Amino acid sequence: MMSLDLHGYGWMLWQGLERTIMVGLAAMGLAVAFGLLGAWGKFSRYRAARWFAGLYTTVVRGVPELILILLVYYGVPTLVQDLAAGAGHDLRIDLNPFVAGVITIGLIYGAFATEVFRGAFLAIPRGQIEAARAFGMGHVLVVRRVVLPQMWRFALPGLGNVWMVLIKATALISLIQLDELMRSADIAARATRLPFTFFFAASLLYLGITVVSMLVQGRIEAWADRGSRQG
Amino acid sequence: MDLAIVWESLPRLLEGAVLTLEITFLSLLAGFCLAVPVAMARLTPRRMLRVPAYVYMLYFRGTPLLVQLFLVYYGSGQFQPFLDQVGVWFLFREAYFCAVFTLTLNTAAYTAEILRGAMLVVPRGEVEAARSLGMSGLLLFRRIILPKALRLALPAYTNEAVFLLQATSLVSIITLLDLTGVARIIVAQSFEPYKLYITAGLIYLVITYTFVLVSRRLERRLSAHLREQPAGGIGNVVGR
Repeated sequence: MMSLDLHGYGWMLWQGLERTIMVGLAAMGLAVAFGLLGAWGKFSRYRAARWFAGLYTTVVRGVPELILILLVYYGVPTLVQDLAAGAGHDLRIDLNPFVAGVITIGLIYGAFATEVFRGAFLAIPRGQIEAARAFGMGHVLVVRRVVLPQMWRFALPGLGNVWMVLIKATALISLIQLDELMRSADIAARATRLPFTFFFAASLLYLGITVVSMLVQGRIEAWADRGSRQG
Repeated sequence: MDLAIVWESLPRLLEGAVLTLEITFLSLLAGFCLAVPVAMARLTPRRMLRVPAYVYMLYFRGTPLLVQLFLVYYGSGQFQPFLDQVGVWFLFREAYFCAVFTLTLNTAAYTAEILRGAMLVVPRGEVEAARSLGMSGLLLFRRIILPKALRLALPAYTNEAVFLLQATSLVSIITLLDLTGVARIIVAQSFEPYKLYITAGLIYLVITYTFVLVSRRLERRLSAHLREQPAGGIGNVVGR
């Protein structure tokens, strides 16, 4: 086995790892919110909402993440500036890379979460919703009491997948200069001229996140399914 | 809005798209050839084969493609004397080779997982029938398991191909002028980011959905005589 001598840069990778997990968690929260919104749009009575949700998942899944990140980080500020200039205002906008990264990753994986929630909603037996309505529950009450509590359980495996892909996608944010794990490894690799050592160390940390996530996901699924397991 | 810059750069962007497609197909082809033996190794009871296949698949599916790409492209420099001695350094010096090499290893791991899932659901009866006719080992695999597994794996494999196509945009980071790379260069020269990135995004969309449409047709044709539901979602692939 080769041993990894990190030349005193270990703490930097560790800080990068913390930053990566923070970006990941924030983006995951946003993705779940976008996912619920998207799923609501797909089942909406309003044609405009259905159309918009369809457009959202189609576009996001057909365009590379890198293009979307560059578009949000470099494109959106200049677009707003151009529009403001057109209206006679002089405006300068600089997006914070953390915010831009979280928004873009959240938006992208929100589209995948939309599909997860859509499938989970379809997995709820129709009879239960009809029964709830027969009791006189309104739309919102049905969603809160019958749909959401069960949807979570059906959505968990899919959401776990989304998380594991999302956390890997955060590596792309290093390209907009956010000091997360990947960029920390890059800086250390340049300073020490040991690229393999540091990228390999970073990859093992990502692998660690994946493996821990797999284990936690198994636990959570077992916990969520405890009510439905029979003899 | 002034769209002159978009029309001006369209030919260069399309040239980039050609490189994107080239890298995608090369990696898909090589990745598939590698995935078949890896999936077989992953499923054998022999530890010597099963464990390395498992570790390989876990590593390439569990770490970001960007890290893998940097590990090969920049990391190989750390072993230059060794690679030179073996006579392959001239390959690792080339961004193009590093890109195809990494994408091949990456997609092979995902494809092997898809194939593994498909091989596990090949009906036992068919395997038993073949065995009772005296087939075994590679013959059984070649005639019964692989053809059936491939058909079962097609919907998931289509997804994988689409994800790989999108993943190729990362090669722009190691200096290649694929669709994303060309867009980035023109942005650096003209500073018109949203016009170019939106144009590039639209080209990706067109390529992606043309491909999806064609492969859905193919799926329907391949399963026409069976009238069975192709098993979608095998192997849990959602990209990298």
